[in-house]
Amino acid sequence: MVQAALYALPILFLTIFYLYPLLAILRVSFGASFAEAAEQASVALRSPGFWRVLWFTTWQATVSTLLTILVGLPLAGVFARFDFPGRGVMAALLTVPFVMPTVVVASAFLALIGRNGLLNVWLQRLLHLDGPPIQLEQTIWLILLVHVFYNVAIVIRTVGGFWGSLSPTLGESAAALGASPRRRFWTVTVPLLAPSIAAASLLVFLFCFTSFGVILILGGLRFATLEVEIYRQAVSYFNLPMAAFLSLVQLVITFTVMALYTRVQARLSRVLRLRRRAFARRPASWRQWAIVGLALAVTFIGVLSPLLALAVRSFTLGERGPTLMYYQALGENLRQSAFFAPPITAVQNSLIYALATLAISLPLGVIASYALAQPRSRWAAVLDPLLLLPLGTSAVTLGFGYIVAMGPLRASPWLAPVAHSLIALPFVVRTFLPALRALDQRLREAASTLGADPFRRWWTIDAPLLLRALLISAAFAFAISLGEFGATLLIARPDRPTMPMVIYRALGQPGLMNYGQALAMSTILMVITAVSILLIERFRLPQGEEF
Amino acid sequence: MLEVRAIHKRFTPDKEVLQGVSLSVEPQEILCLLGPSGCGKSTLLRIIAGLERADQGRVLLNGNDITEMPAYRRGVGLMFQDYALFPHLNVAENIAYGLRMHGAPASERRRRVEEMLDLVNLEGYANRSVDELSGGEQQRVALARTLAPNPSLLLLDEPVANLDRLLREELLEALRRILKRLKVTTIFVTHDQEEAFALADRIAVMRAGRLEQVDVPATLYRRPVNTFVAAFLGFRNLLPILAWRGPDTVCTPVGDFDLPLESTSERSAVGSRLLIPPDAAVLDSAQPGTRYAPFTGRVVAVTFRGSVFRLQVAPEGKGEKPVLHFEFRTRGRERLPAQGELVQLWLDTAQMRPVQEG
Repeated sequence: MVQAALYALPILFLTIFYLYPLLAILRVSFGASFAEAAEQASVALRSPGFWRVLWFTTWQATVSTLLTILVGLPLAGVFARFDFPGRGVMAALLTVPFVMPTVVVASAFLALIGRNGLLNVWLQRLLHLDGPPIQLEQTIWLILLVHVFYNVAIVIRTVGGFWGSLSPTLGESAAALGASPRRRFWTVTVPLLAPSIAAASLLVFLFCFTSFGVILILGGLRFATLEVEIYRQAVSYFNLPMAAFLSLVQLVITFTVMALYTRVQARLSRVLRLRRRAFARRPASWRQWAIVGLALAVTFIGVLSPLLALAVRSFTLGERGPTLMYYQALGENLRQSAFFAPPITAVQNSLIYALATLAISLPLGVIASYALAQPRSRWAAVLDPLLLLPLGTSAVTLGFGYIVAMGPLRASPWLAPVAHSLIALPFVVRTFLPALRALDQRLREAASTLGADPFRRWWTIDAPLLLRALLISAAFAFAISLGEFGATLLIARPDRPTMPMVIYRALGQPGLMNYGQALAMSTILMVITAVSILLIERFRLPQGEEF
Repeated sequence: MLEVRAIHKRFTPDKEVLQGVSLSVEPQEILCLLGPSGCGKSTLLRIIAGLERADQGRVLLNGNDITEMPAYRRGVGLMFQDYALFPHLNVAENIAYGLRMHGAPASERRRRVEEMLDLVNLEGYANRSVDELSGGEQQRVALARTLAPNPSLLLLDEPVANLDRLLREELLEALRRILKRLKVTTIFVTHDQEEAFALADRIAVMRAGRLEQVDVPATLYRRPVNTFVAAFLGFRNLLPILAWRGPDTVCTPVGDFDLPLESTSERSAVGSRLLIPPDAAVLDSAQPGTRYAPFTGRVVAVTFRGSVFRLQVAPEGKGEKPVLHFEFRTRGRERLPAQGELVQLWLDTAQMRPVQEG
């Protein structure tokens, strides 16, 4: 009874805060009658804007994916094949982009290669130029670059992990059969890696297809993905039916990609479970050392340079050297600034939201994991797909769903942490569940025969042994809430902005002061997120996560 | 002490793991459940421990029906094959776990942990982490942890299966000594008949969800009720009985033997088997006594095992004949018979026994 009531909780939560808003979008999109729906759809389909947005969304996602694979594969190979000093640091560094908020990454790239970015400042000074030599702001190149930065870790993790488990004897036997290194790569390694490359590509495509913050901040008004267009239709033009129609189109596409990904991923994890060994070796020749060194350098520079530029730029006032001015300005409520309260209160808001997200998503995630871990469970049959769907639903769609579905609750300050929890929940489950499944059932049985009742058994065995997994889940949920942008922008109350909202607003305002404040706030957010990442790396589990 | 009545259990509809097992264990007795893997012995153990529910049947402990009682209230100790030591607790905390669950005060727990460490010869190990222990040490910690709360019944699931051979014998002896000293009623499960003989007061042989025979080790060894039990105990000479001539003479493919049977009930039907223990043969040219029957054969294989050696001997004569396996003492023998040599053996008919096919 108690168990059933508990297991029903996550299902209830997902039904109210996920399925219901989605249905609300459907309702808005299809209106009162079928004729109205057809009319609405034909209006959208006849507008050239719709096709332009769909085309741009698709091709930028495709190109981003190809570039990410191109950059990620060699790194994955180095990571899988070689054991070298700095490997752990490299792994930790590669988690950074994965967890960093979009707004932080966007402002970091602005701080590095934007019009007022560090590189431009340096180059201008060095070459005595009048204008900035690097003109990437509001071009597609910057967007693609950031997408690669963001997603390359997915390729390295997915493909690299799989590559590392391939036995070197496969290549060696091909060599014994007379295959040259190049032919070995194309006839043995690549075919074996194909499913993992497919899985990584699908996931990267999904993320780029629903890219929001990057496009909104770096693309200006020139570029719009479906995601950005939904936001504009809903907020700027208040064209709810159009926004709903776009959401629907996006949902259909993302669910299709998600379904494909799930199938590939299931096959992959089956193969991976068969051979868990890793075959990394020390580099043997100076050429191999050079390759490893190059990979390390690329990783260090690639990951660290934008983030360091962000930190440095936030402490630099134009030509005049070090300053704390931007940080001080965060504490003031200037009349000309766009904020109602001192921007620094956003830090407090964000932390409160993040803690509330923890309080909601952790218990629900843990309960859902227990329900899923039950062998032959009917709960699992309901929960499994229900937990997968939010992963394939974009944040803006979700936020938009809340706007149309939540009625009077729309103004509640609780809505943001609820949305964050919904986004964090699948991550919590995917981190916690493998650890829970790996927990030896015999330990619980031993506790039972030694006289531990179910509650004490849980408290003395499950809780301490799963603490690490719980901490990692918590760090993920915390970081996700801190950085969440798309849904928050739609539903958080303007008088209680989060850090990403403040950064976005400041970047949208003219003047060096706003720019500097955005960088300062981004730096604060970056540091808080980095602490979460350190926590994740510190407690990383041997059995790995399911994504 | 413990009584198990007509237990049935199935995990899948098509296979019944336990098919009406009944068993009783006397106080202070060490009973062994012996059987091949998959015969249901571990499941029976788990049902007694309360980790599994029986589909039918009752479990009575000291006259109380505990069939529906959850595991944590039974006070039945179970030691797992892989020990299931808690990895997040040290040796002392592992041993004290059961006492903690029973609400023993800290001073009492400390005293009892010391006592247990002493019992299993692990003094000074209290603060060790369990993953720095060797297999044998882990086994002893597991035993101490199981015994610490003073269980009214102790269950051991393949207690030494994960250890290497030498260590296994040493620990079996230690185990029997400890169990007898504490006078704790014990059921232990194994698939190894040597373990069973070394540890048990009584052995229950299981096969496919049923009990085949429950007896003290010596009786079990001398009179296995059927060929399954005999084969499982390691007997290899099970000759088909072709016919009975007269009341006592049995005809087999390797010859006829006059059996000095104590009662006619021991005489089995045609189609049963005649068991000849491996140590029933004497390798000599002269007849050692009147109960010995002559047997000539050619040595097919010789295995030297130190204090004993084994011969596989094929009877002389036409047609397909079973090869017999014998074991002899090495002591006092200059040379062993060579492969291909013709040997004269004398078989002790008093040790031969008709056994039911089954």
